[in-house]
Amino acid sequence: MADEGNGRPAPERDVILKVENLVKHFPLTQGIVFKKHVGAVKAVEGVSFDLYRGETLGLVGESGCGKSTVAKLLLRLEEATSGSAIYDGKDIFKLPRKELRALRRNIQIVFQDPYASLNPRMTVGDIVAEPWEIHQGRMGKAERRSRVQDLLARVGLDPDHVNRYPHQFSGGQRQRIGIARALALNPDIIICDEPVSALDVSVQAQVVNLLNALQSDFNLSYIFIAHDLAVVRHISDRVAVMYLGKIMEVGNQDQIYDRPTHPYTQALLSAVPVPDPAVRGERKRMVLTGDVPSPANPPSGCVFRTRCWKAQEKCAEEVPALENRGFDHPSACHFAEIERVVPV
Amino acid sequence: MTEDDRTKPQATSTDMTGIDGDSPLPGGPPTDAPEVGEAAEEEVREEEQIQFGAEAGLQTGGTTGQITAATGGDVPLHQASLWGDAWKQLRKKPLFIIAALFLVLFTVMSVAPGLFTSQDPRFCNLSFSVDRPSGSHWFGYDIQGCDYFTRVVYGTRVSLLIGLLVVGFDVVIAIILGSIAGYYGGFLDALVGRFADIWFAIPTTLGGIVFLNLLGQRGLWQVSLVLVVLAWPTLMRLMRASVVSGKEADYVMAARALGAGDWRILRLHILPNGIAPVIVYATITVGIIISAEAALSFLGVGLQLPAISWGLMISDAQSRILTSPHLLFFPAIFLSTLVLSFILLGDALRDALDPRLR
Repeated sequence: MADEGNGRPAPERDVILKVENLVKHFPLTQGIVFKKHVGAVKAVEGVSFDLYRGETLGLVGESGCGKSTVAKLLLRLEEATSGSAIYDGKDIFKLPRKELRALRRNIQIVFQDPYASLNPRMTVGDIVAEPWEIHQGRMGKAERRSRVQDLLARVGLDPDHVNRYPHQFSGGQRQRIGIARALALNPDIIICDEPVSALDVSVQAQVVNLLNALQSDFNLSYIFIAHDLAVVRHISDRVAVMYLGKIMEVGNQDQIYDRPTHPYTQALLSAVPVPDPAVRGERKRMVLTGDVPSPANPPSGCVFRTRCWKAQEKCAEEVPALENRGFDHPSACHFAEIERVVPV
Repeated sequence: MTEDDRTKPQATSTDMTGIDGDSPLPGGPPTDAPEVGEAAEEEVREEEQIQFGAEAGLQTGGTTGQITAATGGDVPLHQASLWGDAWKQLRKKPLFIIAALFLVLFTVMSVAPGLFTSQDPRFCNLSFSVDRPSGSHWFGYDIQGCDYFTRVVYGTRVSLLIGLLVVGFDVVIAIILGSIAGYYGGFLDALVGRFADIWFAIPTTLGGIVFLNLLGQRGLWQVSLVLVVLAWPTLMRLMRASVVSGKEADYVMAARALGAGDWRILRLHILPNGIAPVIVYATITVGIIISAEAALSFLGVGLQLPAISWGLMISDAQSRILTSPHLLFFPAIFLSTLVLSFILLGDALRDALDPRLR
């Protein structure tokens, strides 16, 4: 992927996580005693991407498109049906128990709902120190308290609040606690599963900026899952657009936002509100009709064809691969063409 | 791509950073300014302390660790705990205080009945048989001519002991089996669940009559055992339901993502958050068990004479309700007060143990 002229320093091209053909099917069963297999919800259907060291990969898509499932699979909170994810030369999905524990130190997660992701019965100090309790030997008992306070200060909280309970904090502050917990083991990768969707807009900006600042300090790589394209644009180096368990288009910021080639990306971008009355009416609105098809019974060929204005017979017969189609970034559309949507 | 095309996204980006107050705070080291400024409004006061600390403590453009050191010394650390907070809230509830006082009274009565009466409950004089209450003998005399107040006081021990013993065992069973069934699910869940259903299907009184009739001797332990066996399924199901809903919580996911084992997750994350309804229901169950013991003794299948128990006293009184109503009234009022105290206590605990209600 070329990374030309977007003003940002080009991230190091050192692949830290290589995900290939990730598939997750949730079985659908019928009957209570004798379970009959009647199908599967195809939550993730062949997702592949590379994550470079120090970069932020945005993963966007509608609710139910499989974004969060990808996160859970990479953390082995769910077992993948097939596929591989190579981290540090090893396939995450095939790690034995013991090595999996070691992996946990290196890949962490920040959850969407800051009200549900902190144990209401534990003090903030205990929550942030829990990683060291689990991975004994990473941090001496004596140092823990001061290290917890350092971490709290680092994420912008008052270090004297270590003995408070989560319910004594606001949503944004709780999300900072969650971030501090994820940082405790010095991970390489943090998967942010819609970390700001549940927060007020002003607080969203604070948390996103905090994540940005931490990235350079701790040399973190982020997989940033969101459905808000503006937030993703702000934080991501590259963006992958998902629809119904598949990646539709991948590219850097400018490629996705200025030169989208996939009709789904274009439709998503056209729905982003632009806070500039001067361009009102100039921009092209692409309103998708119908609903997202059921992932238990996805359409043949291209999964997006049922809602696509370009769909032709070829789309029903042939699955479009995510590949370069004469543009500067890959796209999974037979009829990919650049269409500028956001009047920038 | 012209220069014009680029202006918009950059403007948006600047907007977002702008909200966050990226401008360096006065006195604060520039590197730290964003985080200090980011804290929410309600923390402004504390923030100022941090800034103050930063100003006073550092001239070196230092790290946040030093800020911690600067403020950490001055501010006394606020200690808080779940039970501490619960206690603070409970103290304000009159119903809890009344229930607790009664329970303390009954506990003292069962541990040291000698404090309340100087008489021997088994010292009887037939010439006083069924005498009515009087100034010197508040509760009157029973058929044998024993002091009834003394007998009622001595009867507390058996009731309270059976109630606490049975519920204590049942809570242990409920926590173990309920956690296993709820956490692991699948076959184990079905096994435990169906086993519980078998016992759940037996009505307590009917089951008590049947099982106690099978046992030759019927003392405190036998009655307790039968009640333990009959009462555990409800508590177990409650525990299981708590664990099932608790194991899907995000903080459990977070602990698993950190590599926590099953035991740690159950002990630190699921049980502390799921145990409250079990504690509440267990408290209420103490009351239920006490009345069940009284009912079984009343029916003649519970404790046997010469044991001293409220149930036996009520049983003896039944044929003399019209001629000597005091024989029924006093043990019954003690029994009701004790049962009610446990139920009120459970109710108050339910509110106090849920930090989300605070």
